[in-house]
Amino acid sequence: MDRIPILKLGEALLVTIQVDMHDRLAMALEEDLTTRIVEVSAKGVLIDISALEIVDSFIGRTLANIAMIAKVLDAVTVVVGMRPAVAITLVELGLSLPGVRTALNAERGMAMIRTLLANDDHAYGDEAEGAA
Amino acid sequence: MQRSAVTIQSGEDVVRVRQEVRRIAIEAGLGLVDQTKIVTAASELARNTLDYGKGGQAMIEIVQAGARRGVRIMFEDTGPGIPDIELALKDGYTTGKGMGLGLGGARRLCNEFAIESAPGKGTRVTVARWK
Repeated sequence: MDRIPILKLGEALLVTIQVDMHDRLAMALEEDLTTRIVEVSAKGVLIDISALEIVDSFIGRTLANIAMIAKVLDAVTVVVGMRPAVAITLVELGLSLPGVRTALNAERGMAMIRTLLANDDHAYGDEAEGAA
Repeated sequence: MQRSAVTIQSGEDVVRVRQEVRRIAIEAGLGLVDQTKIVTAASELARNTLDYGKGGQAMIEIVQAGARRGVRIMFEDTGPGIPDIELALKDGYTTGKGMGLGLGGARRLCNEFAIESAPGKGTRVTVARWK
């Protein structure tokens, strides 16, 4: 079966969905990403959906699941590049993508991940100082 | 007039339905947002045909009323049918593993929506989106 490639970029994993995903492919991506997050101790996951012409309830649920699983594994997920027509349709469909952070494009998404991770480190630092 | 039939027996067929609906929606002259809405609705309904109806088929056609053009899709299966249609249309209600947004969501994304179902005989859902 086809698989969607997952690239490692520093502390983050990068996924660009470039095919019209059938449901099993979306489920395989969820599994593969989960495995990779643990394998490389990723702190961030960037999913580029700019090539996706639709996001239906199954794909939407998969994105929300990935964000939830990543969170449990201490990684942040940012979905980037949603097309305007897809955003309009998603809202009308009734899908709110709970827990999924979004950014307009990959560049902003990476910046968001860096900021979130920097704040995270900072918070730990403060805690350590307070305890000392 | 453009017409197309797609058999729905697998997840790949759901993708095929999306592609055919997109092709015919473009042919009918629907704008990008309307195309996206009808393709998304078709994806939900094709998945229902597969998961709940145990497979079936989608008939996609261009329809014309005066100067208006649109796309109409009929999904048919011979599965177990839907005992309570009102309940099935409610957001969040599901007998499967999904989110329960498919049927109600598809209705919101289309200009026309009709559903006929009889327990043990199957289900037919017809939707249309006009330009």
